[in-house]
Amino acid sequence: MTTQTTPSVRQARPQPPNVIRVGLSRGALELRQFFRERDAVVFTFSLPVVMLVLLAGIFNDTIPDTGVKASQVFAASMIAAGIMSTTFVSLGTGIAQDREDGTLKRLRGTPTPMTSYFIGKVLMVLVVSFAEVIVLLALGKVMFDLQMPSDAGKWLTFGWVFLLGVIGCALLGIAISSVPRSAKSASAVIMLPFIGLQFVSGVLFNPIKELPSPMVEIGSFFPLKWMAQGFRSVFLPDSMTFQEVAGSWEPGRTALVLVAWCVGGLVLCLLTFRWKNSRQG
Amino acid sequence: MTETAVHVRGLSKRYGGTPVVDGLDLDIAHGEVFALLGPNGAGKTTTVEILEGYRDRDAGTVAVLGEDPGKAGRDWRSRIGIVSQTATDASELTVREVVTHFAANYPRHRDPETVIEQVGLGEHAKKRVGRLSGGQRRRVDVALGIIGDPELLFLDEPTTGFDPEARVKFWQLIRQLSAEGTTILLTTHYLDEVEALANRVAVIARGRLKTIGEPETLGGRATAGAVVSWREDGRLMERETTNPDQFVAELVGKSGGHVPGLSVQRPSLEDVYLQLIGTSEDLDTTPELRKETA
Ligand SMILES: Nc1ncnc2c1ncn2[C@@H]1O[C@H](COP(=O)(O)OP(=O)(O)OP(=O)(O)O)[C@@H](O)[C@H]1O
Ligand SMILES: [Mg+2]
Repeated sequence: MTTQTTPSVRQARPQPPNVIRVGLSRGALELRQFFRERDAVVFTFSLPVVMLVLLAGIFNDTIPDTGVKASQVFAASMIAAGIMSTTFVSLGTGIAQDREDGTLKRLRGTPTPMTSYFIGKVLMVLVVSFAEVIVLLALGKVMFDLQMPSDAGKWLTFGWVFLLGVIGCALLGIAISSVPRSAKSASAVIMLPFIGLQFVSGVLFNPIKELPSPMVEIGSFFPLKWMAQGFRSVFLPDSMTFQEVAGSWEPGRTALVLVAWCVGGLVLCLLTFRWKNSRQG
Repeated sequence: MTETAVHVRGLSKRYGGTPVVDGLDLDIAHGEVFALLGPNGAGKTTTVEILEGYRDRDAGTVAVLGEDPGKAGRDWRSRIGIVSQTATDASELTVREVVTHFAANYPRHRDPETVIEQVGLGEHAKKRVGRLSGGQRRRVDVALGIIGDPELLFLDEPTTGFDPEARVKFWQLIRQLSAEGTTILLTTHYLDEVEALANRVAVIARGRLKTIGEPETLGGRATAGAVVSWREDGRLMERETTNPDQFVAELVGKSGGHVPGLSVQRPSLEDVYLQLIGTSEDLDTTPELRKETA
């Protein structure tokens, strides 16, 4: 035990540290925690990779008259599912966990602003999603002939679909984290919409236009369908638009729906976020 | 500076219609070490968490460092330190990472390395929190409670799981913080801890205040009858007296200087405590049991 002398007369406290700065340091901490937690890495990071390898490995016949292989369609669409996994699933389960293990409680008992907590989460999710996309792209290129576009415009599309998709799905993930009653039930509660949406959004089943129309309508309501379509528009030739519901890539509509989800998701979070479990008083 | 660090009047909290905290009044002075004592389920954690701003109250007025904890903001939270009864967060981070991180969230903080040493985790600084033993994990909570150099420190059963040496070290740390002017609100089940640390203690049972006072005089301890015992002709003698000083003086005088096996015992804090909560609670909680034994 060391003896340390602090003046017993307390001088006025300086200003608390800047919200952004605290957020940045939380982001670094969140990232460290994410990659150290093996379950999280396996669950949210590796799952889409494994699904891609399996699906594209099984369905690799060429689609008639296009020269495009089914595996290429899967590889492009799976990028969207990968992002949903590292945002929606990761935050949905991660925040439920934070609520249960006392992370959120501790934060509320310190001068850490809650905004900084969310900045930290968003930063974590951006980095992890970026890494996920890199892995999926590399795998798609090496194993499944995914064509990297040479056109800068396509990469621009890639950029905004990625960014809007990450933000929209992250906000949805924060919102759904309040639904499960405990961390234990969180992964089940969150996997259900995740898997379900993949079937109706043109990820696990393509071409999407062959789905029954109620399913297409459900899928079209959520961001995953538009992200998958956006990524297909980047990595597949325009001759593939005949497989889309509208017969075109619909970039304008894609942007509109994704932006709407960013705004709506934020409102949903603000309305529904809970700091504690019902058991915590 | 407001007059008291903690001011509570008529505090009440119910869960599902059952009162858990029932009209509690408390005042804790600046610089005081105040202990809250009571059996499991007495409402200690509930009370403390209301004061920390974690839980809402159903009735009563509360001022902690002059502010209502339910409405207080960031500045207020940088002036308090909290060690909750249960925490299992940050298990993937090392001790040093988590202490250093939280230090940077406060406007003014203690040196992380010093604090890690102070709680006795110096040699475990690089270990992940989730891999620490129960008592070591608890010390991380204590480190995080004091890292922001709080004016008021809440400790909810801080030494649960501490080995005897760690507990004594912890007591030294608390005394040092207190000497530096920190106000401390402590809950515990260890009566020796109360005697070692607290300036004042409140005993609560079923959410109600049973008694409040200095540990030395609690429940009339200091003035209660003492039992003097000694050996005379090889036999154990005992005498209850309200004036042991005089009685012992007489004994010494009679025996001509040496009284074999002399001891004077006053009721221990434990005796007083058990009596207090025994009479308060069990009369109406175990009527069936009483009938059977009667
Ligand atoms: N969130 C809650 N919902 C319902 N009842 C609760 C809740 N929190 C506490 N209680 C009840 O309130 C009572 C007091 O609980 P509290 O945790 O304050 O006791 P305590 O004095 O801290 O006990 P211990 O010494 O075991 O820590 C208990 O009967 C408990 O069951
Ligand atoms: Mg308790």
